[in-house]
Amino acid sequence: MRTPPCLLSLTLDSAVHNLSNITDLSPLPDHILIELFLRTLRTGKLTERVLKLFIATGKDEVFSLIQALNIQVTVTPVLPTSKLMSLSIKDDEIDIVIGALRPDLTSFMNEWRTIFSRFHLIIVKDPDLKEELKIPEGFNLDVYKKPDIDRVVGTSTSTIFSGYSCRYFGYLVSRKKYIISVDDDCYPAKDNKGILVDAVAQHITNLTTPATPFFFNTLYDPFTEGADFVRGYPFSLRSGVQCALSCGLWLNLADYDAPTQALKPEERNSRYVDAVLTVPARTLMPISGINIAFNREVIGPALLPSLRLGGEGKFRWETMEDIWSGMCVKVVCDHLGLGVKTGMPYVWRNDRGDAISSLRKEWEGVKLMEEVVPFFQSVRLSREATTTEDCVAEVANVVKEQLGSKDPMFARAAKAMVDWVKLWKSVGSSTSSPGA
Amino acid sequence: MAEPATATQAAAPAVPQLKDELDIVIPTIRNLDFLEMWRPFFQPYHLIIVQDGDPSKTIKVPDGFDYELYNRNDINRILGPKASCISFKDSACRCFGYMVSKKKYIFTIDDDCFHDAALWNVYCDFIYFHLTKVAKDPSGKAINALEQHIKNLLSPSTPFFFNTLYDPFRDGADFVRGYPFSLREGVPTAVSHGLWLNIPDYDAPTQLVKPLERNTRFVDAVLTIPKGTLFPMCGMNLAFDRELIGPAMYFGLMGDGQPIGRYDDMWAGWCTKVICDHLGLGVKTGLPYIYHSKASNPFVNLRKEYKGIFWQEEIIPFFQQTVLPKDCTTVQKCYIELAKQVKEKLSKVDPYFDKLAEAMVTWIEAWDELNPTGSSVINGKAK
Repeated sequence: MRTPPCLLSLTLDSAVHNLSNITDLSPLPDHILIELFLRTLRTGKLTERVLKLFIATGKDEVFSLIQALNIQVTVTPVLPTSKLMSLSIKDDEIDIVIGALRPDLTSFMNEWRTIFSRFHLIIVKDPDLKEELKIPEGFNLDVYKKPDIDRVVGTSTSTIFSGYSCRYFGYLVSRKKYIISVDDDCYPAKDNKGILVDAVAQHITNLTTPATPFFFNTLYDPFTEGADFVRGYPFSLRSGVQCALSCGLWLNLADYDAPTQALKPEERNSRYVDAVLTVPARTLMPISGINIAFNREVIGPALLPSLRLGGEGKFRWETMEDIWSGMCVKVVCDHLGLGVKTGMPYVWRNDRGDAISSLRKEWEGVKLMEEVVPFFQSVRLSREATTTEDCVAEVANVVKEQLGSKDPMFARAAKAMVDWVKLWKSVGSSTSSPGA
Repeated sequence: MAEPATATQAAAPAVPQLKDELDIVIPTIRNLDFLEMWRPFFQPYHLIIVQDGDPSKTIKVPDGFDYELYNRNDINRILGPKASCISFKDSACRCFGYMVSKKKYIFTIDDDCFHDAALWNVYCDFIYFHLTKVAKDPSGKAINALEQHIKNLLSPSTPFFFNTLYDPFRDGADFVRGYPFSLREGVPTAVSHGLWLNIPDYDAPTQLVKPLERNTRFVDAVLTIPKGTLFPMCGMNLAFDRELIGPAMYFGLMGDGQPIGRYDDMWAGWCTKVICDHLGLGVKTGLPYIYHSKASNPFVNLRKEYKGIFWQEEIIPFFQQTVLPKDCTTVQKCYIELAKQVKEKLSKVDPYFDKLAEAMVTWIEAWDELNPTGSSVINGKAK
């Protein structure tokens, strides 16, 4: 018959079991303390708090055990819960670019702190903004203001970075592989289970897994956990292509145009769609700049400030610059065989502005798309255009030829695109970016 | 605040939509006890049951359903020599049901698919409600699969420009900034392609590698598949407008005596998409989900599919490059033209495609015979 455990042993077991309720270990005799320590270790119950309890007893034997076993207290920073982030992407490959259109970034930065704090940030202040920026402490960042922009590109060129286009300056001066950019009126969103969405991790996941633009997968992103290619998907297309652009979405205030939002002033987007999908090749879409990420090495020059509406303002309802830029990017990606994904991550977009006043000011942008969409749908790039810069230059040419005469705004946009390529080559690139 | 839906609340709508305009087509070789599960949703509708396999076997249909049943003898009697285009010993035979239907819309489903998707939604709603105190669906009601298909078919598609918020005609969604107003009317929707929870529709090699994978991701979206983009159409949970696209829904030659199986719906899907793109019709995918309960044997599947796995490498580029001439203004004309091109370009892949091309023509002939223009009989059984 086995000897039943002695009373002491049972007591120690009970103590280990109730460690969370113990606040002071000093009354314990030394030999019992040591035994308890060893048992705590054996059962895997040594946490920082428990270790501190033992250290607080001041007993030498405890200290020598800690030293002998090389037990260390590690300070763990607040990390995102996504596994993938720790796997292959180094934090120093990522820049987060924020265009500051409003001076007080305190609540914005604080809301994003747990997600942004481990990365380098580039904050670009809208050159038209008069007030000083207010940015909270504790971030690794570089701030660029009008004098900086003037210094880098010259005072005449710096006008292209006014308003929402200020972020492009950030894209220009960044030297990182991946860029993530969100508007300064967006906060982290929560998913259907109430968990905070790590938009950075999701964008990076999108950019570092293949895209599948040549055939539609009905289960959406086949590279996501729990999904795959469905029956009927050709095997030769299953390796996919490199994803160059990740377009995220928005809860609460969706990116509607002014007429739509004015018609439905109470409408808010509350539908969280748990999917990422590749936008098929040759399919165009309105790419919103509100929540976007891209591989700068591969597609950098194609995200550009060029189309500026006559009445462009400081609300998204009063701009088309990102939509135009997005059309260029998609055409270039299609030509170079790169992928564009859309869907998650979501950000929470705060209510801002008044659709009706924007509508009164700016109708032009909405009419514009009637020309812009068929135009881009018809653009075909030449076989010789093998780099992103070449592709952009070619698009600029076609814009000038086919749209330039219809509206001087297009002619200006074409010139801006050509200028941008030059600017990118002189300021933006450390190495040229060949197409995939 | 809305209460979470309970199982009893997920009941059929008070007035079933399109009751006299929709037929439900089910291929089967066994008893249809699974219909009990669907009773509240299917009972108002007319069923067309296509019995595959041994015609001497009697299929038991639960009481209270309004149905017509066709076995192989019926198919042979009705089509005569044209019956050769209808597959035997393969669920592809279901397309016979499309042909004999006299309704505008068809919903087709496999006999191992359940409505537990509604219960799944209810379960998710319940858990979500208790975790976050916010009901997912403002009405608290789970939508049944048929209702969602009808919603999809009755609202326009948007194949010419991608809307990043998915179907703009759904409640709570709209066209995003940058979407041209001239394209916001959309085009008529010809096909509504639903998805499946639990057993995913994988091919045999994927099934062998991941036998335990289950689709648990409920993606709350319907979207139009853009023009010029092909997709793998699964026939497990499918609805379409028979008047708009019916003749294109031929499920090919599969099963007994054929070198290939499990490509019936794929073939119909590729033909249908090319024709829809040509005629300016829309194809939607996404909701509704059904609950797919039975995993088929991957080894059996592999034997049926393996040729298809090689052939699809040729077939896909064929469909991607197909151009239909402008004078093909009806589905039948498009389909005949497709059959011609299949014969020209795919018979070098395998003589099977010669036979298939001929069967495609036979199908159209049979379709036109049974559906002369101008006739429409409600709930009539084909003589």
